[in-house]
Amino acid sequence: MIRRAWKAVVALVLWRMGALRRKPSPLEEDPSERTVGAPAWAEWLVLALLATTPLLAACVVALVVLEPDTQLLGLAGGALLGLLAAALLVAGRWLVPQETEVEKRPALRDPAQVEEVERDLGAGAEGITRRRLLVGAAGAAGAGLTAAVAIPVVALGPGLEEQLRRTPWHSGRALVDEEGTPILAADVREGSFLTAFPEHADEEDLGSPVVVVRVDPATLNLPPQRRAWAPEGLLAYSKICTHAACAISLYRSPLSQSTQARGPALVCPCHYSTFDVLNGGGVEFGPAGRPLPQLPLSIDARGALRAAGQMSGPVGPSWWGDAS
Amino acid sequence: MVGGRLVSAIAPRSRTRDPVSFVDERLGAGRGLKFLMSYVFPDHWSFLLGEIALYTFIVLIASGTFLALFFDPSTRELTYQGAYGPLHGAQVSAAYASALRLSFDVKGGLLARQVHHWAALLFVAAITLHLLRIVFTGAFRKPRELNYLVGVTLLALAILEGFAGYSLPDDLLSGMGLAIAWGVAMSLPLVGGPFATALWGGRFPGADVFESRLYIAHVFLIPAILAALIAAHLAMIMIQRHSQFPGPGRREDNVVGTPLWPGYALRSLGLFVVVAAVLVLMGGLIQINPVWLWGPYHVYVGTNGAQPDWYLGWLIGALRLMPNLEIHVFGHTIVPNPFFGGALFPGIVFALLYALPWLDRRFISKDYRRHDLLQRPRDNPRRTAFAASVLSGVAIVFAAGSVDRLFYQFGFGYEGAVWFFRGAFLLVPALVFWLTKRICNELSRERAHPLRDWDGELVVRNERGGFDAR
Repeated sequence: MIRRAWKAVVALVLWRMGALRRKPSPLEEDPSERTVGAPAWAEWLVLALLATTPLLAACVVALVVLEPDTQLLGLAGGALLGLLAAALLVAGRWLVPQETEVEKRPALRDPAQVEEVERDLGAGAEGITRRRLLVGAAGAAGAGLTAAVAIPVVALGPGLEEQLRRTPWHSGRALVDEEGTPILAADVREGSFLTAFPEHADEEDLGSPVVVVRVDPATLNLPPQRRAWAPEGLLAYSKICTHAACAISLYRSPLSQSTQARGPALVCPCHYSTFDVLNGGGVEFGPAGRPLPQLPLSIDARGALRAAGQMSGPVGPSWWGDAS
Repeated sequence: MVGGRLVSAIAPRSRTRDPVSFVDERLGAGRGLKFLMSYVFPDHWSFLLGEIALYTFIVLIASGTFLALFFDPSTRELTYQGAYGPLHGAQVSAAYASALRLSFDVKGGLLARQVHHWAALLFVAAITLHLLRIVFTGAFRKPRELNYLVGVTLLALAILEGFAGYSLPDDLLSGMGLAIAWGVAMSLPLVGGPFATALWGGRFPGADVFESRLYIAHVFLIPAILAALIAAHLAMIMIQRHSQFPGPGRREDNVVGTPLWPGYALRSLGLFVVVAAVLVLMGGLIQINPVWLWGPYHVYVGTNGAQPDWYLGWLIGALRLMPNLEIHVFGHTIVPNPFFGGALFPGIVFALLYALPWLDRRFISKDYRRHDLLQRPRDNPRRTAFAASVLSGVAIVFAAGSVDRLFYQFGFGYEGAVWFFRGAFLLVPALVFWLTKRICNELSRERAHPLRDWDGELVVRNERGGFDAR
């Protein structure tokens, strides 16, 4: 009797010890917990933070009324919101009960409903005999609708050449600056860079702006048919990059012997397409796919610059199917 | 005495119960409220990135509404006569003039403008980081593919929205950006020319109506779609519940974390106010996009070292890195150059993003099952290596967007830098793939945390029934 009792006690102790030693598997562990009870300091801190916010709010109002300085407003507004945020965060972390809960994740699938939906969908076509024909007709209607929308849009294409390539330049048109003053050949000095427009034309027209530069005529390397396009070494090129329509506003003009190896070039600041000035605007570097269009120049009796013909190629970027 | 205690115990309860029973009796809202209040949010810092994006969106709506009260979306020419002296008498558009008025004459206008701009930068940044978290932890896997597609669409729309926004003031940078956008739109296959012409109402810079088209897209169309998609994004999360990292008691079939009421609501509201506070501080103290210094835009002006907002850096980089390939056949252009950098490259990146859940289950993880427990990046070395490799390619192109600054500010030769980045773009992603895979394999084998020491010992049972320390 005593031995049995002793055995039972030992067994109980061993069982308890085992239960104490056995760590529950992490997956079986129940992490839910709830701690209630706010420390006094947290209550006082939130109280202090909330009590200070109206003062800063008054500051913001006073600033708006008296001196709406951007920096002070930002500082006061940021401080006001910062205090409010601190109050909320302290309250969320220390005032309210801290809880970790375990929520069961709902099963998303409901096969019975799915079956019913599929049956209902099928039932919608019940009693119809020419199903395929009807589906085909619906397809044809959809295709017709798409075509009715798409064809007018694509039909804008053929007229584009006229619309997107026009330039106000023609032979004899004078080159003027932003104020409309004619540009004299003598005004353009080597190493300088001038923007010019056709006289009396819209300056915001993509076909208008050209860049005028002067180079040593001996260094020119223009194609044979353009020999006469650069009187006194004066050259004009479209200012609009053939890559993506940015204004070409950088001019690389070698100033010293060490940089003479590479001649003058016009560079677009957007993606650095680099166009050779001496050979007629060929692409030297960068993404542009077409040379920069050149405008033939002449010098009239007063020494002013005039266009001596049309641009050598289309102005501005290409599009799918254009003629260039 | 007893009666007094009873009254004081009941009075505060009925005060919170009354509005609840008011809506419950009319809308049956009790069940929904119970669901919302006990909705469990798993605790992990990386889960806050999406919340930051959401709260930034709210700041954007608020500051943008203020700006819309004063902005004039018109390209009508007028002579500037506002408070900013250096531009007195300049011929500017009404849009540009109203941006100057907002900056110098309207009380708090510059603060609102700068808060709005900083918020836009943070919005896209938070979405991007959130997306990276989703990709590297496998949170896009079944059942979350649909919500992932909504998220990627939100990123694309956020970028478009940001671009439309900074194109509005009609300053020099706006115009240069729009010129490039027009060039890229023109380069789209088949429809490019007619599409760009129809959208701009003619050749760039376009008809006057283009500015109001841009405006309505920026203040109504895109924000409305963004708001609707954000609502769908949140609704889908709530239907499926949050995913969670593995941990004690965390299984595929449960969610462990803080319920919305009261702890999480206060913390999340706190985060919202923190985001707002940081944005107001930045808007007040850190200058951004001083349009009065850039000046008004004309088609014939441009400037060196011009940079777009950060989230377009990868597109300008792609346009810059692309060699001058342009396909012409029989005197007709077939593929204009801007297509490659401006449309094809972002198209491929977004196609990869959209296809990722299906690429991952078919080729990378070879796993079609539902997963609600997240993976750490090392747990799936192939996916992590693939994502890191694509990311490194985009990062190099992004860095290449700054070659003009490297040249302009530090004097690094532009052409050499471009060739360097072209080479890096071809080499680095492969290197990153190999390296990332090795690091992940190494980490998962060592069971070591990169920042913390592993202080345990791993014991594995062998075939003979004994135990080996590994």
